Amino acid sequence: MITAEQKPLKEIIEYISPYDRILLVGCNECVTVCAAGGRKEVGLLASALNLNCLKQGRTIDIKEITLERQCDPEYVEELVSEIDRADAILSMACGCGVQTIAERYKEKPVFPAVNTKFMGASVSQGIWAERCQGCGDCLLGITGGICPVARCSKHLLNGPCGGTSNGMCEIDPDVDCAWRLIWERLKALGMEKRYEEIMEAKDWRPAGGGGPRKIVREDLSL
Amino acid sequence: MENFEPEIVAFCCHYCAYTAADMAGSKHIYYPANVKIIRVPCTGKVDTIHIMKAFEKGADGVYVAGCLEGDCHFKNGNTRAKYRVEQVQNILKDLGWEIERLEMINMSAGMGERFASTALEFTKKIKQLGPSPIKIINTEKHQQVAD
Ligand code: SF4
Ligand code: SF4
Repeated sequence: MITAEQKPLKEIIEYISPYDRILLVGCNECVTVCAAGGRKEVGLLASALNLNCLKQGRTIDIKEITLERQCDPEYVEELVSEIDRADAILSMACGCGVQTIAERYKEKPVFPAVNTKFMGASVSQGIWAERCQGCGDCLLGITGGICPVARCSKHLLNGPCGGTSNGMCEIDPDVDCAWRLIWERLKALGMEKRYEEIMEAKDWRPAGGGGPRKIVREDLSL
Repeated sequence: MENFEPEIVAFCCHYCAYTAADMAGSKHIYYPANVKIIRVPCTGKVDTIHIMKAFEKGADGVYVAGCLEGDCHFKNGNTRAKYRVEQVQNILKDLGWEIERLEMINMSAGMGERFASTALEFTKKIKQLGPSPIKIINTEKHQQVAD
């Protein structure tokens, strides 16, 4: 999933301070799962912004809405009936959601209320860790299911580097060395031979090096 | 504001603080009427939004009273409550409110005296802090209208 964290309240307050009527929009997908921008967080942020305004002796009109998915125009369309009553939109979705709203409602300013962090998986309750960088040409099939792009600090394709120490990465003793994990896993699977094959330089164009990426599926397009 | 009587909301767990409040009552131990009790099945049921709404609606202070650490009837509801209290304290801090207006308190069902003394101490503390920032603004507004 795409993970996110709420921005500092101070920054959010600065964004919306010129406006009296705010449409606060959450998303039911990834940001709900990582507890950054679902219905619950929308309620909490609305309450905090309200407290802030009450303290200043002014009132603010916050309309809370949580869409099924903010990165899909079909769902973003649901804001049509609310948009005229708002001076600005505050989005609690990832950057994709914020941009889908910005593209649809060009006449209203849209502000992000979260920082979009990474594509990650839940390690345990309340902990998410980066697992994929969307390189566009997945290597997991030859690295024992452990991603060297997202999990090796240097994105090495033929690791480990000389910095690996007691199985941990040199950047931080709490970070697993991805290449130690890859080696252990290949060994456990009896696939050590894979490790001995030198990987060629990766083509980074599908990873974004060739400009913004897009998927076109003609069979699905209208 | 000399005669300020704070409004305090106490989220009390059914298995400890609420029973302790009952005990304080049946033993005729005095505690201030400022404390309005909301009974919850476990402090783990108290969500951050409930605490925030209490402040939004004008509470001068809020406390969450759960079982002694390690004694939660539902294993770890009081630990969750502790973290949620900390989360709201962080929000209050960011908004420039005194975080002392919110507290997590632990007690067992038999501690009627402790319930009463906690209610007393907390009320005293909030009296010293004065009315919630919302109330101060509202009073100033009313005064301006009156002037
Ligand atoms: S190899 Fe590329 S696509 Fe596969 S998990 Fe890693 S970053 Fe993602
Ligand atoms: S120690 Fe391991 S994870 Fe860290 S940079 Fe070197 S190979 Fe990559």
